[in-house]
Amino acid sequence: MSLHAPRRSVRARRARSAAMIALTIVAALLATLPLVFILALLLRQGASSLSLAFFTAMPKPVGETGGGMANAMAGTVMLIAIASSIGLPVGIGAGMYLAEHRGGRLASIVRFLSDVLNGLPSIVVGIFAWQFLVRPVHRFSALAGGIALAVMMIPLVTRTTEEMIRLVPDSLREAALALGYPRWRTSLTVVLRTALPGIVTGALVAVARIAGETAPLLFTAFGNQFWSTSLAQPISALPLQIFSYAISPYDEWHALAWAGALVLLALVLVISLIAKFATRSRFGRAND
Amino acid sequence: MQTTEPRPLTAVVANAPLDGVAAAHALVSVRALDAYFGAQRAVRDVSVDFPEGQVTAIIGPSGCGKSTLLRCLNRMHETIAGARTEGEVLLDGKDIYARDVNPIAVRRRIGMVFQRPTPFPTMSIRDNVVAGFRAAGRAAPSRAEQDEIAEWALRRSALWDEVKDRLRDSAMALSGGQQQRLCIARALATRPRMLLLDEPTASLDPQSTQKVEELVYELRGDVTIVIVTHNMQQAARVSDRTAFMLLGELVEVAPTSRLFTAPADARTEAYITGRFG
Repeated sequence: MSLHAPRRSVRARRARSAAMIALTIVAALLATLPLVFILALLLRQGASSLSLAFFTAMPKPVGETGGGMANAMAGTVMLIAIASSIGLPVGIGAGMYLAEHRGGRLASIVRFLSDVLNGLPSIVVGIFAWQFLVRPVHRFSALAGGIALAVMMIPLVTRTTEEMIRLVPDSLREAALALGYPRWRTSLTVVLRTALPGIVTGALVAVARIAGETAPLLFTAFGNQFWSTSLAQPISALPLQIFSYAISPYDEWHALAWAGALVLLALVLVISLIAKFATRSRFGRAND
Repeated sequence: MQTTEPRPLTAVVANAPLDGVAAAHALVSVRALDAYFGAQRAVRDVSVDFPEGQVTAIIGPSGCGKSTLLRCLNRMHETIAGARTEGEVLLDGKDIYARDVNPIAVRRRIGMVFQRPTPFPTMSIRDNVVAGFRAAGRAAPSRAEQDEIAEWALRRSALWDEVKDRLRDSAMALSGGQQQRLCIARALATRPRMLLLDEPTASLDPQSTQKVEELVYELRGDVTIVIVTHNMQQAARVSDRTAFMLLGELVEVAPTSRLFTAPADARTEAYITGRFG
Protein backbone atom coordinates (compact mmCIF):
# COMPACT_ATOMS: atom_id res chain seq x y z
CA MET A 1 0.00 0.00 0.00
CA SER A 2 1.30 3.42 -0.85
CA LEU A 3 1.71 6.16 1.74
CA HIS A 4 0.78 8.71 -0.89
CA ALA A 5 -2.93 9.09 -1.39
CA PRO A 6 -4.10 9.58 -4.96
CA ARG A 7 -3.72 13.17 -6.09
CA ARG A 8 -7.42 13.61 -6.73
CA SER A 9 -8.37 12.71 -3.14
CA VAL A 10 -5.87 15.25 -1.77
CA ARG A 11 -7.42 17.93 -3.95
CA ALA A 12 -10.92 16.96 -2.82
CA ARG A 13 -9.89 17.11 0.83
CA ARG A 14 -8.32 20.52 0.34
CA ALA A 15 -11.53 21.75 -1.25
CA ARG A 16 -13.67 20.38 1.57
CA SER A 17 -11.36 21.99 4.12
CA ALA A 18 -11.55 25.36 2.37
CA ALA A 19 -15.35 25.12 2.18
CA MET A 20 -15.67 24.37 5.90
CA ILE A 21 -13.31 27.22 6.83
CA ALA A 22 -15.39 29.57 4.67
CA LEU A 23 -18.59 28.40 6.38
CA THR A 24 -17.21 29.03 9.86
CA ILE A 25 -16.02 32.50 8.80
CA VAL A 26 -19.53 33.27 7.52
CA ALA A 27 -21.02 32.03 10.82
CA ALA A 28 -18.59 34.19 12.80
CA LEU A 29 -19.56 37.25 10.75
CA LEU A 30 -23.29 36.47 11.12
CA ALA A 31 -22.83 36.29 14.89
CA THR A 32 -21.54 39.86 15.07
CA LEU A 33 -23.72 41.26 12.28
CA PRO A 34 -26.75 42.05 14.51
CA LEU A 35 -24.66 44.34 16.72
CA VAL A 36 -23.34 46.20 13.67
CA PHE A 37 -26.87 46.65 12.30
CA ILE A 38 -28.28 47.74 15.66
CA LEU A 39 -25.49 50.23 16.12
CA ALA A 40 -25.97 51.64 12.60
CA LEU A 41 -29.75 51.85 13.03
CA LEU A 42 -29.53 53.57 16.42
CA LEU A 43 -26.94 56.03 15.15
CA ARG A 44 -29.10 56.91 12.12
CA GLN A 45 -32.37 57.23 14.04
CA GLY A 46 -31.15 58.48 17.39
CA ALA A 47 -28.05 60.58 16.84
CA SER A 48 -30.04 63.57 15.51
CA SER A 49 -32.04 63.82 18.75
CA LEU A 50 -28.93 63.70 20.91
CA SER A 51 -27.97 67.08 22.27
CA LEU A 52 -26.80 68.49 25.56
CA ALA A 53 -30.44 69.05 26.47
CA PHE A 54 -31.14 65.35 26.06
CA PHE A 55 -28.79 64.66 28.99
CA THR A 56 -29.75 67.67 31.13
CA ALA A 57 -33.40 68.47 30.44
CA MET A 58 -36.55 66.87 31.85
CA PRO A 59 -39.19 65.30 29.61
CA LYS A 60 -41.60 67.81 28.06
CA PRO A 61 -45.34 67.30 27.70
CA VAL A 62 -46.73 66.19 24.34
CA GLY A 63 -46.75 68.96 21.74
CA GLU A 64 -43.77 70.81 23.12
CA THR A 65 -40.55 70.08 21.24
CA GLY A 66 -37.24 69.30 22.87
CA GLY A 67 -36.89 67.87 26.31
CA GLY A 68 -34.55 65.16 27.49
CA MET A 69 -34.18 62.12 29.67
CA ALA A 70 -32.18 63.52 32.58
CA ASN A 71 -34.50 61.90 35.11
CA ALA A 72 -34.35 58.52 33.37
CA MET A 73 -30.58 58.55 33.29
CA ALA A 74 -30.33 59.54 36.94
CA GLY A 75 -32.87 56.81 37.71
CA THR A 76 -30.87 54.16 35.86
CA VAL A 77 -27.70 55.17 37.71
CA MET A 78 -29.56 55.00 41.01
CA LEU A 79 -31.14 51.63 40.27
CA ILE A 80 -27.74 50.22 39.27
CA ALA A 81 -26.26 51.59 42.50
CA ILE A 82 -28.99 49.96 44.64
CA ALA A 83 -28.74 46.66 42.77
CA SER A 84 -24.92 46.62 42.96
CA SER A 85 -24.74 47.49 46.65
CA ILE A 86 -26.95 44.46 47.38
CA GLY A 87 -26.05 42.11 44.54
CA LEU A 88 -22.24 42.41 44.53
CA PRO A 89 -21.56 41.65 48.23
CA VAL A 90 -24.10 38.82 48.31
CA GLY A 91 -22.96 37.37 44.98
CA ILE A 92 -19.23 37.58 45.73
CA GLY A 93 -19.73 36.19 49.23
CA ALA A 94 -21.84 33.30 47.93
CA GLY A 95 -19.25 32.64 45.20
CA MET A 96 -16.46 32.50 47.79
CA TYR A 97 -18.49 30.05 49.85
CA LEU A 98 -19.14 27.81 46.86
CA ALA A 99 -15.47 27.84 45.86
CA GLU A 100 -14.13 27.11 49.35
CA HIS A 101 -16.66 24.35 50.10
CA ARG A 102 -16.95 22.91 46.63
CA GLY A 103 -17.85 19.37 47.69
CA GLY A 104 -20.31 20.27 50.46
CA ARG A 105 -23.99 19.37 50.41
CA LEU A 106 -25.16 22.94 51.00
CA ALA A 107 -22.75 24.16 48.31
CA SER A 108 -24.20 21.85 45.66
CA ILE A 109 -27.76 22.87 46.60
CA VAL A 110 -26.86 26.59 46.44
CA ARG A 111 -25.06 26.05 43.13
CA PHE A 112 -28.09 24.34 41.59
CA LEU A 113 -30.56 26.93 42.88
CA SER A 114 -28.37 29.75 41.65
CA ASP A 115 -28.34 28.20 38.17
CA VAL A 116 -32.14 27.96 38.26
CA LEU A 117 -32.40 31.58 39.39
CA ASN A 118 -30.07 32.56 36.56
CA GLY A 119 -32.44 31.01 34.05
CA LEU A 120 -35.55 32.56 35.57
CA PRO A 121 -37.42 34.88 33.14
CA SER A 122 -36.90 38.47 34.25
CA ILE A 123 -40.64 39.19 34.24
CA VAL A 124 -41.03 36.55 36.97
CA VAL A 125 -38.43 38.34 39.07
CA GLY A 126 -40.48 41.52 38.57
CA ILE A 127 -43.68 39.81 39.75
CA PHE A 128 -41.81 38.43 42.78
CA ALA A 129 -40.56 41.90 43.74
CA TRP A 130 -44.02 43.39 43.19
CA GLN A 131 -45.64 40.77 45.42
CA PHE A 132 -43.26 41.29 48.34
CA LEU A 133 -42.08 44.88 48.04
CA VAL A 134 -44.80 46.82 46.22
CA ARG A 135 -48.08 45.20 47.15
CA PRO A 136 -47.68 45.33 50.97
CA VAL A 137 -46.89 49.07 50.93
CA HIS A 138 -49.22 49.98 48.03
CA ARG A 139 -46.51 51.96 46.29
CA PHE A 140 -44.05 51.47 43.45
CA SER A 141 -40.53 52.40 44.54
CA ALA A 142 -36.93 52.74 43.43
CA LEU A 143 -35.97 50.35 46.22
CA ALA A 144 -38.26 47.61 44.86
CA GLY A 145 -36.77 48.11 41.38
CA GLY A 146 -33.22 47.99 42.70
CA ILE A 147 -33.90 44.81 44.66
CA ALA A 148 -35.50 43.17 41.62
CA LEU A 149 -32.35 43.98 39.63
CA ALA A 150 -30.16 42.69 42.49
CA VAL A 151 -32.02 39.35 42.32
CA MET A 152 -31.12 39.19 38.62
CA MET A 153 -27.52 40.02 39.43
CA ILE A 154 -26.78 37.66 42.33
CA PRO A 155 -26.65 34.33 40.46
CA LEU A 156 -24.49 35.85 37.71
CA VAL A 157 -21.98 37.26 40.18
CA THR A 158 -22.05 34.11 42.33
CA ARG A 159 -21.14 31.77 39.49
CA THR A 160 -18.43 33.96 37.94
CA THR A 161 -16.86 34.56 41.37
CA GLU A 162 -16.87 30.82 42.07
CA GLU A 163 -15.31 30.02 38.69
CA MET A 164 -12.61 32.67 39.10
CA ILE A 165 -11.66 31.53 42.61
CA ARG A 166 -11.50 27.91 41.48
CA LEU A 167 -9.00 28.91 38.80
CA VAL A 168 -6.54 29.92 41.54
CA PRO A 169 -4.21 26.94 41.99
CA ASP A 170 -4.30 25.11 45.35
CA SER A 171 -0.53 25.37 45.50
CA LEU A 172 -0.85 29.13 46.16
CA ARG A 173 -3.25 28.46 49.03
CA GLU A 174 -0.77 25.94 50.47
CA ALA A 175 2.17 28.32 50.06
CA ALA A 176 0.33 31.03 51.98
CA LEU A 177 -0.66 28.64 54.79
CA ALA A 178 2.93 27.38 55.01
CA LEU A 179 4.11 30.98 55.44
CA GLY A 180 2.00 31.22 58.56
CA TYR A 181 -0.99 32.99 57.01
CA PRO A 182 -4.24 32.42 58.87
CA ARG A 183 -7.01 30.98 56.71
CA TRP A 184 -8.91 34.29 56.42
CA ARG A 185 -5.78 36.10 55.32
CA THR A 186 -5.02 33.38 52.77
CA SER A 187 -8.53 33.73 51.33
CA LEU A 188 -8.44 37.52 51.16
CA THR A 189 -4.88 38.50 50.29
CA VAL A 190 -3.83 35.55 48.16
CA VAL A 191 -6.84 33.72 46.74
CA LEU A 192 -9.28 36.61 46.34
CA ARG A 193 -6.58 38.98 45.14
CA THR A 194 -5.36 36.55 42.52
CA ALA A 195 -8.94 36.05 41.32
CA LEU A 196 -9.84 39.74 41.56
CA PRO A 197 -9.49 40.79 37.89
CA GLY A 198 -11.85 38.00 36.88
CA ILE A 199 -14.31 38.83 39.66
CA VAL A 200 -14.34 42.52 38.66
CA THR A 201 -14.99 41.52 35.06
CA GLY A 202 -17.84 39.27 36.16
CA ALA A 203 -19.32 42.08 38.27
CA LEU A 204 -19.16 44.56 35.40
CA VAL A 205 -20.73 42.08 32.99
CA ALA A 206 -23.55 41.63 35.51
CA VAL A 207 -23.98 45.42 35.78
CA ALA A 208 -24.06 45.74 31.99
CA ARG A 209 -26.63 42.97 31.86
CA ILE A 210 -29.05 44.56 34.35
CA ALA A 211 -28.56 48.13 33.04
CA GLY A 212 -30.86 47.36 30.13
CA GLU A 213 -33.39 45.17 31.96
CA THR A 214 -36.98 46.40 31.54
CA ALA A 215 -39.27 43.62 32.68
CA PRO A 216 -38.23 43.55 36.37
CA LEU A 217 -38.83 47.31 36.54
CA LEU A 218 -42.29 47.41 34.93
CA PHE A 219 -44.20 46.94 38.16
CA THR A 220 -41.51 47.82 40.70
CA ALA A 221 -39.75 51.08 39.76
CA PHE A 222 -42.67 51.75 37.41
CA GLY A 223 -41.34 54.95 35.83
CA ASN A 224 -41.78 58.59 36.65
CA GLN A 225 -42.19 61.70 34.48
CA PHE A 226 -40.62 63.85 37.17
CA TRP A 227 -37.26 64.12 38.86
CA SER A 228 -36.98 61.79 41.84
CA THR A 229 -34.12 60.46 43.91
CA SER A 230 -36.27 59.03 46.68
CA LEU A 231 -35.92 55.32 47.46
CA ALA A 232 -39.60 55.17 48.38
CA GLN A 233 -40.99 56.82 45.23
CA PRO A 234 -41.44 55.44 41.74
CA ILE A 235 -38.40 56.23 39.63
CA SER A 236 -37.73 56.50 35.93
CA ALA A 237 -35.14 54.43 34.11
CA LEU A 238 -33.80 54.51 30.56
CA PRO A 239 -35.35 51.21 29.45
CA LEU A 240 -38.74 52.20 30.95
CA GLN A 241 -38.65 55.62 29.30
CA ILE A 242 -37.66 54.10 25.97
CA PHE A 243 -40.55 51.65 26.27
CA SER A 244 -43.19 54.25 27.08
CA TYR A 245 -41.96 56.65 24.38
CA ALA A 246 -41.72 53.91 21.79
CA ILE A 247 -45.34 52.78 22.24
CA SER A 248 -46.63 56.37 22.16
CA PRO A 249 -48.18 57.73 18.95
CA TYR A 250 -45.97 60.87 18.76
CA ASP A 251 -43.06 61.26 16.35
CA GLU A 252 -41.00 63.49 18.67
CA TRP A 253 -41.23 60.85 21.38
CA HIS A 254 -40.21 58.13 18.94
CA ALA A 255 -37.10 60.14 18.10
CA LEU A 256 -36.31 60.50 21.81
CA ALA A 257 -36.78 56.75 22.31
CA TRP A 258 -34.20 56.09 19.57
CA ALA A 259 -31.78 58.49 21.24
CA GLY A 260 -32.40 56.82 24.61
CA ALA A 261 -31.70 53.42 23.11
CA LEU A 262 -28.46 54.75 21.66
CA VAL A 263 -27.38 56.09 25.07
CA LEU A 264 -28.26 52.78 26.74
CA LEU A 265 -26.24 50.82 24.18
CA ALA A 266 -23.31 53.22 24.63
CA LEU A 267 -23.51 52.72 28.41
CA VAL A 268 -23.39 48.92 28.03
CA LEU A 269 -20.51 49.19 25.54
CA VAL A 270 -18.51 51.39 27.90
CA ILE A 271 -19.06 49.02 30.83
CA SER A 272 -17.99 46.07 28.64
CA LEU A 273 -14.84 47.92 27.59
CA ILE A 274 -14.00 48.71 31.22
CA ALA A 275 -14.53 45.02 32.02
CA LYS A 276 -12.10 44.11 29.25
CA PHE A 277 -9.40 46.43 30.58
CA ALA A 278 -9.98 45.44 34.20
CA THR A 279 -8.63 41.96 33.44
CA ARG A 280 -5.22 43.38 32.59
CA SER A 281 -2.92 42.87 35.54
CA ARG A 282 -0.88 45.69 36.98
CA PHE A 283 2.21 43.96 35.61
CA GLY A 284 1.16 44.27 31.96
CA ARG A 285 0.79 41.05 30.05
CA ALA A 286 3.04 38.92 32.25
CA ASN A 287 0.14 37.05 33.84
CA ASP A 288 -1.95 36.40 30.74
CA MET B 1 27.79 35.89 41.64
CA GLN B 2 28.84 32.64 43.13
CA THR B 3 31.11 30.19 41.49
CA THR B 4 29.08 27.76 39.43
CA GLU B 5 31.70 25.07 39.22
CA PRO B 6 30.18 21.75 40.24
CA ARG B 7 31.27 20.58 43.63
CA PRO B 8 32.79 17.09 43.49
CA LEU B 9 30.75 14.58 45.46
CA THR B 10 33.73 13.34 47.49
CA ALA B 11 34.70 16.84 48.56
CA VAL B 12 31.21 17.47 49.91
CA VAL B 13 31.07 14.20 51.79
CA ALA B 14 34.48 14.86 53.27
CA ASN B 15 33.23 18.30 54.24
CA ALA B 16 30.24 16.92 56.06
CA PRO B 17 30.51 16.75 59.83
CA LEU B 18 31.46 13.40 61.23
CA ASP B 19 29.50 11.32 63.71
CA GLY B 20 30.64 13.35 66.69
CA VAL B 21 28.83 16.45 65.46
CA ALA B 22 25.63 14.47 64.95
CA ALA B 23 25.23 14.57 68.70
CA ALA B 24 24.37 18.27 68.37
CA HIS B 25 21.23 19.50 70.11
CA ALA B 26 18.11 18.26 68.34
CA LEU B 27 16.01 21.26 67.30
CA VAL B 28 13.11 19.05 66.30
CA SER B 29 12.45 15.56 67.61
CA VAL B 30 9.80 13.31 66.16
CA ARG B 31 8.43 10.72 68.60
CA ALA B 32 6.34 7.72 67.52
CA LEU B 33 4.62 9.66 64.76
CA ASP B 34 1.81 8.17 62.68
CA ALA B 35 0.21 10.13 59.85
CA TYR B 36 -3.06 9.17 58.20
CA PHE B 37 -5.04 10.06 55.10
CA GLY B 38 -8.46 8.87 56.22
CA ALA B 39 -7.89 5.21 57.09
CA GLN B 40 -4.64 4.95 55.16
CA ARG B 41 -1.52 5.13 57.35
CA ALA B 42 1.16 6.93 55.32
CA VAL B 43 3.76 7.36 58.09
CA ARG B 44 4.25 4.50 60.56
CA ASP B 45 5.72 4.95 64.03
CA VAL B 46 8.56 7.25 63.01
CA SER B 47 11.01 8.61 65.59
CA VAL B 48 13.88 10.79 64.46
CA ASP B 49 15.93 13.80 65.61
CA PHE B 50 16.84 16.77 63.44
CA PRO B 51 20.03 18.31 64.90
CA GLU B 52 20.20 22.08 65.01
CA GLY B 53 22.04 23.77 62.15
CA GLN B 54 22.37 20.61 60.09
CA VAL B 55 20.90 19.53 56.78
CA THR B 56 18.97 16.27 56.94
CA ALA B 57 17.89 14.61 53.70
CA ILE B 58 14.96 12.21 53.54
CA ILE B 59 15.21 9.73 50.67
CA GLY B 60 13.10 6.80 49.59
CA PRO B 61 11.01 5.54 46.69
CA SER B 62 7.83 7.34 45.54
CA GLY B 63 4.95 6.95 47.98
CA CYS B 64 7.18 5.97 50.92
CA GLY B 65 5.75 8.79 53.06
CA LYS B 66 8.75 11.13 52.98
CA SER B 67 6.74 14.21 51.91
CA THR B 68 4.01 13.35 54.41
CA LEU B 69 6.55 13.13 57.22
CA LEU B 70 7.93 16.52 56.14
CA ARG B 71 4.45 18.05 56.13
CA CYS B 72 3.87 16.79 59.67
CA LEU B 73 6.81 18.87 60.88
CA ASN B 74 5.01 22.20 60.38
CA ARG B 75 1.43 20.95 60.66
CA MET B 76 0.72 21.30 56.95
CA HIS B 77 -0.42 17.67 56.79
CA GLU B 78 -3.63 18.49 58.65
CA THR B 79 -4.66 21.11 56.05
CA ILE B 80 -5.71 18.25 53.76
CA ALA B 81 -9.27 17.04 54.32
CA GLY B 82 -9.34 13.76 56.25
CA ALA B 83 -5.67 13.93 57.24
CA ARG B 84 -4.55 13.51 60.86
CA THR B 85 -1.54 12.56 62.97
CA GLU B 86 -0.74 10.68 66.17
CA GLY B 87 2.44 10.98 68.19
CA GLU B 88 4.63 13.95 69.02
CA VAL B 89 6.78 16.45 67.16
CA LEU B 90 8.91 18.38 69.67
CA LEU B 91 10.28 21.80 68.75
CA ASP B 92 12.78 22.78 71.46
CA GLY B 93 11.19 20.14 73.64
CA LYS B 94 7.61 21.42 73.21
CA ASP B 95 5.07 19.32 71.32
CA ILE B 96 3.76 21.31 68.33
CA TYR B 97 0.63 19.15 68.38
CA ALA B 98 -0.20 20.11 71.97
CA ARG B 99 -3.68 21.57 72.47
CA ASP B 100 -2.50 25.08 73.28
CA VAL B 101 -0.23 25.39 70.22
CA ASN B 102 -1.45 27.45 67.29
CA PRO B 103 -0.47 25.83 63.96
CA ILE B 104 0.04 29.30 62.47
CA ALA B 105 2.73 30.06 65.04
CA VAL B 106 4.37 26.71 64.23
CA ARG B 107 4.45 27.50 60.50
CA ARG B 108 6.04 30.87 61.18
CA ARG B 109 8.91 29.12 62.95
CA ILE B 110 9.19 26.24 60.48
CA GLY B 111 9.07 27.44 56.87
CA MET B 112 8.38 25.33 53.82
CA VAL B 113 9.21 25.35 50.11
CA PHE B 114 7.36 23.12 47.67
CA GLN B 115 8.18 21.06 44.62
CA ARG B 116 6.84 23.66 42.20
CA PRO B 117 7.69 27.33 42.74
CA THR B 118 4.70 29.17 44.21
CA PRO B 119 5.30 32.93 43.92
CA PHE B 120 2.14 34.98 44.52
CA PRO B 121 1.20 36.21 41.04
CA THR B 122 -0.38 39.49 42.16
CA MET B 123 2.68 40.61 44.10
CA SER B 124 5.99 42.12 42.98
CA ILE B 125 9.28 40.36 43.66
CA ARG B 126 9.85 42.49 46.75
CA ASP B 127 6.29 42.04 48.07
CA ASN B 128 6.61 38.29 47.62
CA VAL B 129 9.74 38.19 49.76
CA VAL B 130 8.17 40.16 52.61
CA ALA B 131 4.70 38.54 52.38
CA GLY B 132 5.20 36.17 55.31
CA PHE B 133 7.22 38.72 57.28
CA ARG B 134 4.38 41.23 56.95
CA ALA B 135 1.80 38.72 58.10
CA ALA B 136 3.84 37.67 61.13
CA GLY B 137 3.92 40.82 63.24
CA ARG B 138 1.08 42.41 65.12
CA ALA B 139 1.88 45.90 63.80
CA ALA B 140 2.72 46.36 60.14
CA PRO B 141 6.49 46.75 59.70
CA SER B 142 7.67 50.04 58.21
CA ARG B 143 8.56 50.34 54.54
CA ALA B 144 12.25 50.70 55.38
CA GLU B 145 12.12 47.61 57.61
CA GLN B 146 10.49 45.67 54.79
CA ASP B 147 13.08 46.84 52.25
CA GLU B 148 15.83 45.84 54.62
CA ILE B 149 14.49 42.36 55.27
CA ALA B 150 13.80 41.88 51.53
CA GLU B 151 17.40 42.71 50.66
CA TRP B 152 18.73 40.52 53.45
CA ALA B 153 16.58 37.53 52.41
CA LEU B 154 17.36 37.97 48.70
CA ARG B 155 21.09 38.17 49.40
CA ARG B 156 20.84 35.14 51.66
CA SER B 157 19.17 33.17 48.86
CA ALA B 158 21.74 34.35 46.28
CA LEU B 159 19.08 36.13 44.20
CA TRP B 160 19.85 39.77 45.03
CA ASP B 161 22.24 40.45 42.14
CA GLU B 162 19.77 39.04 39.64
CA VAL B 163 16.70 40.99 40.80
CA LYS B 164 17.92 44.13 42.59
CA ASP B 165 17.04 46.33 39.59
CA ARG B 166 13.53 44.97 39.18
CA LEU B 167 12.14 44.50 42.66
CA ARG B 168 8.85 46.10 41.56
CA ASP B 169 8.32 43.68 38.66
CA SER B 170 6.02 40.70 38.76
CA ALA B 171 7.51 37.61 40.33
CA MET B 172 6.02 35.67 37.42
CA ALA B 173 8.59 37.23 35.08
CA LEU B 174 11.38 35.27 36.79
CA SER B 175 12.64 31.91 35.53
CA GLY B 176 11.58 28.72 37.33
CA GLY B 177 14.87 28.47 39.20
CA GLN B 178 14.74 32.12 40.23
CA GLN B 179 11.13 31.67 41.37
CA GLN B 180 12.18 28.74 43.54
CA ARG B 181 14.99 30.76 45.15
CA LEU B 182 12.46 33.57 45.62
CA CYS B 183 10.27 31.13 47.54
CA ILE B 184 13.27 30.21 49.70
CA ALA B 185 13.90 33.94 50.30
CA ARG B 186 10.23 34.38 51.21
CA ALA B 187 10.49 31.56 53.75
CA LEU B 188 13.78 32.93 55.15
CA ALA B 189 12.31 36.42 55.58
CA THR B 190 10.18 35.20 58.49
CA ARG B 191 13.44 34.14 60.19
CA PRO B 192 12.37 30.51 60.69
CA ARG B 193 14.24 28.11 62.96
CA MET B 194 13.82 25.36 60.42
CA LEU B 195 13.31 25.16 56.67
CA LEU B 196 11.48 22.25 55.04
CA LEU B 197 12.23 21.66 51.36
CA ASP B 198 9.89 19.26 49.58
CA GLU B 199 11.75 18.10 46.46
CA PRO B 200 12.72 21.73 45.75
CA THR B 201 14.56 20.95 42.52
CA ALA B 202 12.20 18.37 41.02
CA SER B 203 10.83 20.88 38.48
CA LEU B 204 14.11 22.66 37.76
CA ASP B 205 16.79 22.32 35.09
CA PRO B 206 20.30 21.11 36.11
CA GLN B 207 21.79 24.60 36.39
CA SER B 208 18.99 25.93 38.57
CA THR B 209 19.17 22.73 40.60
CA GLN B 210 22.83 23.36 41.25
CA LYS B 211 22.13 26.90 42.44
CA VAL B 212 19.47 25.71 44.87
CA GLU B 213 21.80 23.00 46.15
CA GLU B 214 24.58 25.52 46.69
CA LEU B 215 22.11 27.68 48.55
CA VAL B 216 21.13 24.81 50.84
CA TYR B 217 24.80 24.21 51.48
CA GLU B 218 25.31 27.91 52.27
CA LEU B 219 22.39 28.06 54.69
CA ARG B 220 23.46 25.14 56.87
CA GLY B 221 24.70 26.26 60.23
CA ASP B 222 22.24 29.19 60.32
CA VAL B 223 19.05 27.31 59.59
CA THR B 224 18.16 23.73 60.30
CA ILE B 225 17.08 22.18 57.02
CA VAL B 226 15.15 19.06 56.13
CA ILE B 227 15.13 18.27 52.42
CA VAL B 228 13.03 15.57 50.80
CA THR B 229 14.51 14.27 47.58
CA HIS B 230 14.22 11.26 45.33
CA ASN B 231 17.69 12.03 44.03
CA MET B 232 20.33 10.19 46.05
CA GLN B 233 23.19 12.19 44.53
CA GLN B 234 21.48 15.33 45.75
CA ALA B 235 21.14 13.93 49.26
CA ALA B 236 24.82 13.03 49.21
CA ARG B 237 25.79 16.47 47.94
CA VAL B 238 23.86 18.69 50.33
CA SER B 239 23.13 16.85 53.56
CA ASP B 240 24.90 16.10 56.82
CA ARG B 241 22.53 13.30 57.73
CA THR B 242 20.29 11.15 55.58
CA ALA B 243 17.15 9.28 56.54
CA PHE B 244 15.88 6.41 54.40
CA MET B 245 12.15 5.67 54.38
CA LEU B 246 10.29 2.71 52.94
CA LEU B 247 6.54 1.99 52.98
CA GLY B 248 5.91 4.66 55.63
CA GLU B 249 8.62 3.43 57.98
CA LEU B 250 11.91 5.08 58.81
CA VAL B 251 14.40 2.34 57.99
CA GLU B 252 17.62 4.08 58.91
CA VAL B 253 19.03 7.50 59.72
CA ALA B 254 22.76 8.12 59.81
CA PRO B 255 25.44 10.64 58.86
CA THR B 256 25.22 10.92 55.09
CA SER B 257 28.72 9.59 54.38
CA ARG B 258 28.06 6.51 56.48
CA LEU B 259 24.56 5.83 55.14
CA PHE B 260 25.88 5.82 51.58
CA THR B 261 29.09 3.89 52.26
CA ALA B 262 28.17 1.52 55.05
CA PRO B 263 24.39 1.25 55.48
CA ALA B 264 23.33 -0.74 58.52
CA ASP B 265 20.11 -2.11 57.03
CA ALA B 266 19.95 -4.47 54.08
CA ARG B 267 16.96 -2.56 52.64
CA THR B 268 18.94 0.69 52.64
CA GLU B 269 21.78 -1.01 50.83
CA ALA B 270 19.39 -2.49 48.27
CA TYR B 271 17.91 0.98 47.62
CA ILE B 272 21.13 2.97 47.37
CA THR B 273 22.71 0.41 45.10
CA GLY B 274 19.72 0.78 42.80
CA ARG B 275 18.12 -2.62 43.24
CA PHE B 276 14.66 -1.05 43.56
CA GLY B 277 12.96 2.36 43.66
